[in-house]
Parts: sequence; C-alpha cells; structure tokens
Amino acid sequence: MIRYMYAGEGLDGFVRRGSSYPREFHSKLFRDMLRIRLIEEEIERRYHEDQMKTPIHLVIGQEATSVGCCAALTNDDLLYSSHRTHGNYLAKGGNLQSMLCEMFCRANGCVGSRGGSMHLIDKRVGMAGTSAIVAGAIPIATGAALAAKLKRAAHATVVFFGEAATEEGACSESLNFAALKQLPLVFFCENNFYSVQSPLWTRQPSRSLRKWAEGFGLPAVEVDGMNVLAVYEASRDAVERARNGGGPTFIEAVCYRYRGHGGSGDDTRTGYRAQDERDAWDSLDPLSLHFQYLRGAGLLSDVDREEMRSEIMTEVLEAFDFASASPNPVEGDLYSHVYAE
Amino acid sequence: MPWDEGLVNSLVYDAPDRSEGRVLGYAGAIREALDLALAADPGVFVLGQGVDDPGSMFGTTKGLHEKFGRDRVFDTPLSEEGMMGACAGAAMNGMRPVYMHNRPDFILLAMNQLVTHASKFHFMDNGQTTVPMVVWAAIGRGWGSGAQHSQAIQGILLGVPGIKIVMPSTPFDAKGLMLAAIADNNPVLIFEHRWLMRKDGIVPEGAYTVQIGKGIHRRRGQDLTIVGASHAIELALTAANKVAAEGIEADVIDLRTIKPLDVEIIGESVKRTGRLLVVDTGWSMGGVCAEIGCLAAERWLEHLKAPVRRIGLPDIPTPAGFTLEQFYYPNVERMSAVIRGLVREQSAVSVP
Repeated sequence: MIRYMYAGEGLDGFVRRGSSYPREFHSKLFRDMLRIRLIEEEIERRYHEDQMKTPIHLVIGQEATSVGCCAALTNDDLLYSSHRTHGNYLAKGGNLQSMLCEMFCRANGCVGSRGGSMHLIDKRVGMAGTSAIVAGAIPIATGAALAAKLKRAAHATVVFFGEAATEEGACSESLNFAALKQLPLVFFCENNFYSVQSPLWTRQPSRSLRKWAEGFGLPAVEVDGMNVLAVYEASRDAVERARNGGGPTFIEAVCYRYRGHGGSGDDTRTGYRAQDERDAWDSLDPLSLHFQYLRGAGLLSDVDREEMRSEIMTEVLEAFDFASASPNPVEGDLYSHVYAE
Repeated sequence: MPWDEGLVNSLVYDAPDRSEGRVLGYAGAIREALDLALAADPGVFVLGQGVDDPGSMFGTTKGLHEKFGRDRVFDTPLSEEGMMGACAGAAMNGMRPVYMHNRPDFILLAMNQLVTHASKFHFMDNGQTTVPMVVWAAIGRGWGSGAQHSQAIQGILLGVPGIKIVMPSTPFDAKGLMLAAIADNNPVLIFEHRWLMRKDGIVPEGAYTVQIGKGIHRRRGQDLTIVGASHAIELALTAANKVAAEGIEADVIDLRTIKPLDVEIIGESVKRTGRLLVVDTGWSMGGVCAEIGCLAAERWLEHLKAPVRRIGLPDIPTPAGFTLEQFYYPNVERMSAVIRGLVREQSAVSVP
C-alpha cells in the first residue's frame, strides 16, 4: 500500500521553471547533487570494511534539498543541521577530505575525530553546527539568528531538520520566538515521512505541516523536495526575506529517504514501509528528473554526465585514499577543548 | 506579601563594618555587575522571565531595560529549552547572554540544551566554537516553596563536563563572580540562594572579578575542616562561630565555585585538621557532599582522624508545609551538633 504518495509536478515542475536559469546554473546544481550521490554511494560501498567506525545517515534521495537550498546561500550565511549531515556539509562547501578523515576517525578530520558523521562542522564555510538530538539544532540556530539581528549582520541562518523535529517542544518554542523577534532565520523541514522506522501516521495527526507552522505567525511554504529548482526558489525567497528584515520562514520540502535511517542499504523489506511505496518514489529520483529535463532541453548530454561522473570519482577516490592514510589521534588529543581558555 | 518576601526580609545577618568600604545589598551587587557588563561589552545581553517586571528578579535587574533598551534586556516566552538553546546559539556567534531564572527548577526544562548542547559544542567541534554564556538562578527555601520551587540541582550538574558552577555567599563574591562568569568563555551556571538576597556586604565600586575555581577561608582553625558554598557555608560559619565559644576551632572554606573544584584548598586543610564536614544546599546523595567525601577517601584517608560527615538534604523531596520544612532543612543548631560530634569522634579508620 502506498501511504505516502508523491504530490509534486514531476518533470513538469522542471519544464515550468527550467528556462529561467542559465546552463551553468543548472549544470552546477546537477553536478553538486551527483557529487553528493557518488560520495554517499562510495561510503555505503565501503562501510562494511569497518574502517569508518561512525554511525552514518545517508542522504541518497534527498540531495535536492541541500543543493537547492545552499544554491541560495553565500559563504557568510550560516547552516545548522541534524544527524543527517553529509548533504548539508558538502552543499555548503565543506571540504571532502576533512569529511572523510572525520568518518575514518582521523586526527585531521573536520572536528578532530570528536564528531564523526553526525557532526560535520566547518565554520570557515558557514557549516556552523549540528545536533544528534532531533530538534536540538533548532534553538541553536535561533540563537545564531538572534545574534545576527542584535549585531545587525547581513547574513541569513538556515536550520535543517526532519519532520519528526516538529514533534519536539524545542521546535515549537523556536518558531514562536523567531516569529516574535522577527529573526533572520529559515526553518528548513525535510519531510521524508519516516523517523527511523516510525511512519508519520503513528506520530502526527493527518494535517499540513505548512499550516501547522503558519499558526506560529510566520510565512510557510510547501515545496517539492525532489525538485532542486523548486527548493532553490523557495530558499531564495526565504533567504531574501531574512536578509531584508522580513523575519523567519518555514519551508516544508517533501522528499523521500531511499535508504534506511542509519547504516548502509535500504531496509524497506523489514516492513515498516511498503515496497510499492518505495518503488514508486524511485521514478522521482531528484537526479534523474533534473537530468531528464536537462537532456530534453539540450543543456546536458549523456557524455557530459559521464565526464562529470568520472571527474568526481577521481576526486572521491583520492579523498578516500587520503583519509585512510591519515594519522589517528593520540591520547593527548582527548584532553583539549573541554573548556575554552 | 508576594511569595517569600516577608520571610527573606526577616532574616538577620551581621551588619558589615562600614569603615571597611561601601555597603551594598546582595541583589544590588548583582545588579551592579550586570550594569557594568552591559555597559562595557555590547555583546552582553540579559534575558529571562520577568527581568523587566516590577519584581525584576529580586531586584537584580531593576531598571536595566530602561538603561540599555529592550533589545539587550528582555522578558522571554516560557520556553526554557528553546531559550537555553538560543543563548547557546547566540554565544556561539559572538554574544555573551546572561539567562536568568527565578528558580533552578526551571533549568530542568532546559537540560537538553544545557547538558547535551551548550556544554559540549566547544569539545565537539574541536575548539572552533566557544559558548560564553551565564545561566543564573536562585535556590528557594521555605515559605511553602515545596518540592518544585526549592530544588538545588547543582549535584545533578556536577558530573557534566564543560560547564562551570558558581555558588556565591557574599555580595562581594556575587558581583565579582558574576563579572568573572560573563567574561568566561564557557557556559557558567550561577546558583544563588534566595535567603542571601537581602544580605549586605562590603562591595567595591567599579569592575572586579573573583576567580572561578578558587575557594577562600572564611575562618581559620585546627580542629576540623568545614567546606561548602552559598547559604550552606553561611549557616556553617554561623555554627562554627557558635562552637568556638566551646573551644572548637573550625577551618571554614567557602568554595565559591563547585566546578571546577578547588581540591588544593580542601586538601591542605583536611591534612591539617584530620576531620571533614561537607555542607551543601542540595541533596547529600550523589551531590557536592558525596563528591568531596569521595575525594577525601581517595586522597587524604591517612590524614583522617574520624569519618567524613556531610550535611546536605535528605534523599526526600522538599515538603511545602512549615513544620515539615523545619525537620527537612539543616539549621545552625543541627550543624553545631554535628560539629561537636565530629570533633569528639575518634578515627574509625585504622592507620598503620
């Protein structure tokens, strides 16, 4: 039984929007998504080797949300995120080698082997913080936006979270406060219908998350999270509103997690979601849809795509080699940064 | 009379000697610290439910919103977790929030953001971020504060890495430790005690800090060591002065800060006196008393002439009724009795 049906426009959604953007823009979005996909697949392929001793939460199927949103951000804008960080970190410009070193628990990981896959942070590119508690980063991002407002800074802050975060009080408290203080903040909710293996129907009454968010007194939009252009446009509008003093926005991006909650592989067979539902979303792959449009519009050929793939794979394999050859931390490293000076 | 004003106003403390300097009340000393910090650093802001109301957090924030504006001194929604996280997020981005609560009980709503987030970011991101924030609350006692408005939660937080816990006992320390806490680049919790809010003391004008992590002798003696902080050490000092008439001379150490703990000052004294009484405003079990008692067993056992004693709260929720409260809380008489007993006691430990 298909409980969660795709309600977007499919390819039509690309056709309707696509001509507004130059080839370079399209090509960058597609390449960024493909890069995340290939990195995730390589991580997944090697995970059983047990060299990456870290819980992983793959974003395969959800590349369009990170890439579409980050296309609307500059390096100065801040992004906070949850446990599912890979897409956010890479799309925001986080260094691939530092990410893989972190996954391999090496001393030169992006946070010195203190975070692992759930805490990919690189403040130099505005990847400002993550939390492994579902709504944990939302109040933090709210405070970051409060600081920006008090300092009259020009940047926007975005916080990514899954739909289950809306069930924790901290999310409601943050929406209320952000609306009250008109903070320059974008609440980016990826609704993929599942929290670990708990489907939405066991957790929330049947209602629109967009309308729920509007009840806090801030603008809210629902977008097709499988369409990178739709995500980009909603993010761009929200970020502009934040930068221009228009306050916070709630974006609900409807998307689908192709893999299990954590680890490698698809766990649909365990029965928490129906196989036909899972299969139905396959045809809506955010990369395939965008590529189908690009090929149809004469913007990208199969050959172009293969060139991209091969370029990216060279980079990815080099980064894996670099990570696996990097040094482990030493015992003394444990004792630093417990307290700040 | 709102809440426990009458009770707190009726408490009698020794008047400070005015020849030693300017006399200021406890709440006024905290207010002065906040005033100085707000004026000195545009990154400082003060928030909390009621910081701009007529009660103004026992007077500690009185008029500050008028002087510095409501962007920097503001009332909050009753969203303890959300606001605690917002403080952490602001602190991670160049601000120095001071988040004030009437009672520590309310901080329990924010444990996720305090314990799982604010205290750990600096470590988790390998030092990329600092989280300079102050969380302030006044422990309640008496007049029906009861099980949910009197909790002294410092023991629960003592084992959390990455935070500091400050517990002043004098107006001088309240001001100096508040200024030190605001200047500190870590999350610092300040647990005041409601019963100290009307105590007067000598408080110098202008900015000064009291070092976090260092205790101070309030009394010198050789017969036993009494160690603790906040209102517990205030009571213990009164008891120590009382038993001095009987020839018992106590070494009384006000820790000022319970995390980081000044192990050195305790150790020096215990090695000298051989007897240790630990006092705390919180539960004895698993708290400050238990930790310091354990330290004595680990490090100074061969110096002990008697078993370590502790006076905290029993493993019971606070009753609200007046009579039961009298049984529940330590007082000067009970502390004096324990001190006499401890000094008389011979070592239960056989030392080779």
